[in-house]
Amino acid sequence: MKELQELARTLLADGEVELVIGWEEGRRGARPAFITSPDDADRLIFDARCVHNLATYLSPRRPQVTRLGKLALVVKGCDVKAVAGLLREEQLSSDRLVLIGVRCGGVFEEPALKDPAQPTSETVAPRCYGCDNREPARVAYLLGEPQPEPPMPATTIDDRVAMLDALSPDERWQFWTDQFSKCVRCYACRQVCPLCVCEQCIADKTMPQWIETASHPRGNLAWNLIRALHLAGRCVGCGECERFCPVDIPLSLLNRKVQQIVEERFDYVVSDDPERPAPIGDYRPDDQEEFIK
Amino acid sequence: MKTPDELRTYGATADDRSAIDGPDASPAGKFEPRITAFVCNWCTYTGADLAGTSRLHMATNVRIIRLPCTGRIDPLFIIKAFERGADGVIVSGCHPADCHYTSGNYHARRRFTVFRELAVFLGIDPGRLTFSWVSASEGAKWRDVVDGAVSRARELGPFEGYHGLVDRPSLTGESFATIEDLLGDGSGERS
Repeated sequence: MKELQELARTLLADGEVELVIGWEEGRRGARPAFITSPDDADRLIFDARCVHNLATYLSPRRPQVTRLGKLALVVKGCDVKAVAGLLREEQLSSDRLVLIGVRCGGVFEEPALKDPAQPTSETVAPRCYGCDNREPARVAYLLGEPQPEPPMPATTIDDRVAMLDALSPDERWQFWTDQFSKCVRCYACRQVCPLCVCEQCIADKTMPQWIETASHPRGNLAWNLIRALHLAGRCVGCGECERFCPVDIPLSLLNRKVQQIVEERFDYVVSDDPERPAPIGDYRPDDQEEFIK
Repeated sequence: MKTPDELRTYGATADDRSAIDGPDASPAGKFEPRITAFVCNWCTYTGADLAGTSRLHMATNVRIIRLPCTGRIDPLFIIKAFERGADGVIVSGCHPADCHYTSGNYHARRRFTVFRELAVFLGIDPGRLTFSWVSASEGAKWRDVVDGAVSRARELGPFEGYHGLVDRPSLTGESFATIEDLLGDGSGERS
């Protein structure tokens, strides 16, 4: 990835940016890297282990990052959508940011694999299948060779959602309440999410307390339902919440279901275009309303 | 025995519920559903008022909560109602183009479109969620909405799934189906 290292070095040496956020080789696979000196630019890498959505560092909840000055962010196509989400909601100003896009042929599920080969249908992250932004357009620089399409995993996220849809309501209730009763309310899903931008989360409010804070099946249901709802029309499907969940709740299925609802009902697909308004907070007078009697 | 204040704060089990809100069953022993209605001040509340002043007969299972606008109704209100023992929920406000605040009901419509379908995906029966537009002059329609919601909830029975959550222990993670088990590929072991 000489191209990326050269570009980062030039940007830092010319004073164009103060900070480049990308990935580097860590003890356990790829990890996020904060490069502030041109001498360190050759630490940067990009391969299929670079699964992290680095846009999460741009969240206004992390002023310590933006305080470092103008920054360059290395982004895959999916990450660009999260940046666009922050721009759309005016959580970020584009003149403080340089996007370095990288062509991506799909990433692994975990960054820890030793061998940075092309992902196979066993190792690819399910969300990569059907990616619609492998050549990110809204970036200042686009690096890398054109990549092949990500392989199809044994079961796609859509397959799994369809399978849950096919169950009876009682079976679905049993499945989800079981899953949610594992939740320990660590809020890792929220902390890692690039679009959970609230300074004070509704789950942290105690007067009044809308969401019970104990890790108990009832409050867990409220939290997980509201988390998914608050990301309706905003979630870019990067899957970081599920990857970070210490008890493996299949959050990407909830997020994907919401994406499907939003697409079907409001004809809205989360894109890398910051100009198009999000569907919640917007409306059309002729929205479908067959469920309102 | 918890005091009603403690019950409101810490939540109620099915047994505790009668302490807050009267018995679950009618004197005849039949299940009586509890319905919480979130209505807007300008149309549906006035419509419900009209139903009352018109002496219309309707089910008495509904507790009305009046809000400025359907746009003020957060899905959390519905969740809270179920947590506190509701068997069904009604959300009702001004017809499209009639909103006192111009567009509150349009925003609410989008929000509840997503909420309703996501709730169904989680396994909540859509019969427990009633959405309606009732204008200030539609007292008779309000009666029909109430009677419909009550009879649907009566058919579905008490919402034991939700109310029972309070008595359920947190799980440690090994004892139930993962998505892999459901897929039937036998790879349900946790890595």
